[in-house]
Amino acid sequence: MKASKVDKKTYYRGIRMIPYDLLKEVTIAMIGVLGVVLILSAVLSSPDVPSVTLQSWSKANPVDFLTTATGELSGSTVVAGYGPPYNSQSGSVQSWGPLSPQQWAGVHVPVNAPNDFVLQPLTQATAGDADLASALTTYKAASSDQQGKWLTSYTTALGTATVAADGTVTVPSGDFGPVSLLMDRMLTLARSGGLDALLLTSDHFYQTDFSRALLFLDDGGYIADLATQQKLIGSDWGVMNETGRYPGSAWLWLYTMWYQIPPFNSDTGFLGISAANTDLAVVGVMLLLTVLLFLVPVIPGLRDIPRWIPIHKLIWRRHYAEMRRATAQKGP
Amino acid sequence: MTDVSAPVPVEPAPTAAPSVVDDETGWTASVRRRVEKTLPITELLPTKQPAYIGSWVYVFGVVTIAALFWLVISGVVLAFFGSAWWHVSSVGHFFNSTHFWSVQMFFIFMVLHLWGQFWGAGWRDGRAKTWMVGVVIFAISVGTAFTGYVIQQNFDSQWIAINAKDAINSIGFGGLFNALNFGQMYGLHVMLMPIGVTLLVMLHIIQVRAKGVVRPIDDPFQVAQ
Repeated sequence: MKASKVDKKTYYRGIRMIPYDLLKEVTIAMIGVLGVVLILSAVLSSPDVPSVTLQSWSKANPVDFLTTATGELSGSTVVAGYGPPYNSQSGSVQSWGPLSPQQWAGVHVPVNAPNDFVLQPLTQATAGDADLASALTTYKAASSDQQGKWLTSYTTALGTATVAADGTVTVPSGDFGPVSLLMDRMLTLARSGGLDALLLTSDHFYQTDFSRALLFLDDGGYIADLATQQKLIGSDWGVMNETGRYPGSAWLWLYTMWYQIPPFNSDTGFLGISAANTDLAVVGVMLLLTVLLFLVPVIPGLRDIPRWIPIHKLIWRRHYAEMRRATAQKGP
Repeated sequence: MTDVSAPVPVEPAPTAAPSVVDDETGWTASVRRRVEKTLPITELLPTKQPAYIGSWVYVFGVVTIAALFWLVISGVVLAFFGSAWWHVSSVGHFFNSTHFWSVQMFFIFMVLHLWGQFWGAGWRDGRAKTWMVGVVIFAISVGTAFTGYVIQQNFDSQWIAINAKDAINSIGFGGLFNALNFGQMYGLHVMLMPIGVTLLVMLHIIQVRAKGVVRPIDDPFQVAQ
């Protein structure tokens, strides 16, 4: 008869049974774990590094902010050319051979970088600012070729911009058209905190979606610099790290590990897997490993590993010793 | 010929109330019989266990449940006072700390429990489904922790969200599961995912209690597999 079908009395035949108090064990575990949690909480507290805002970014590094905003307006940032689910571009679309689930899924969180990050917030801020309204009109009326020339000139000039003690950014003169004024107003808007709010506006009153604000932050270099200081970037196993000296998501060690080794981090790659599609490859590998872990009981070889590597002899060492004594007492 | 001297079996006089024959029909009676057969109260709340459970490996399961209990309790308090409370209140920060350390302990104990069951091949003798439910609990717990990290409303949550989005987008789930959408992540973290984990943990406990603890590997008394 299969072991899975027998009753417990038959299943435990030959096994010594001992008194056991389940509720006592659970109670002790509850109290013990609570005690450790309370001690750790009281002594070590928990991490809480304040969030970055567009306001704090524009104050701390106004040139980086302006460079990013200009890039959003010209459509040259990562998000502007990202692809699904934000837009129909292809800059960040990952695929493996013919498999491209990102492309197949399509656009579901539409983001139009020039409009959503710059033109729309500035338009909403034109009340009482005739110069801004005029600059916006001029910019929108210009040809895309002209817009591109203004933006390129302004971006180049930002490379030698200077920042005064009060945060004022001085850009060398050039043919920037209305872009100079637009960016000046963007900086003013961001420094006042208004841009943080404007990127959250939607067609309805309540709002809990921070997609646009976070994508804008992601396009800049400021938040990445802060993350580097906190050892949170990918090459520092950042996915499993926490701010400060606190433990992070240690359970993600295997997931994070793939990002540190070839072919996942190489430019040349192997079997079509490289740094260009590392996310897709790593998630795919982890999904496969999770399925294998799920199916361990029914996969010959995998389910035999515990028998081949006898760690169980440590787990049940007292039981095995007891069995040996019983066998010795019985004699040959 | 009948041997009259032979003892005649005598029906013993009833000393207790006769056992009730459960011959009732219907869905309810059927489910009740199934429950009584699968998990009688003596198995749900046992007072005897095999001696071989006297190993530290068996402690990891119960302490995982204990950590989950305090994780849920601290999470309920944090949810009650709102997502921003713990940033502005020292009491709130303390409850966040208990939540944070409960998570750490929950995962440490759960991984130790998982490894213990792996090396003891806990899926043997008809316990494959118990193992599988455990793996699903682990996977959902990782997702629950992730949603918790991205709703902290601090720098860590911003950085995790904008990095994780690329991995989620790469498999085509970015529109369905938007890590940048606080509202979606909050709902998943404080309700749907904890309910899923808790229900599966209850199922896992029932599976363990119904089948009992698996016998040691290569036990000479082992019944045929």
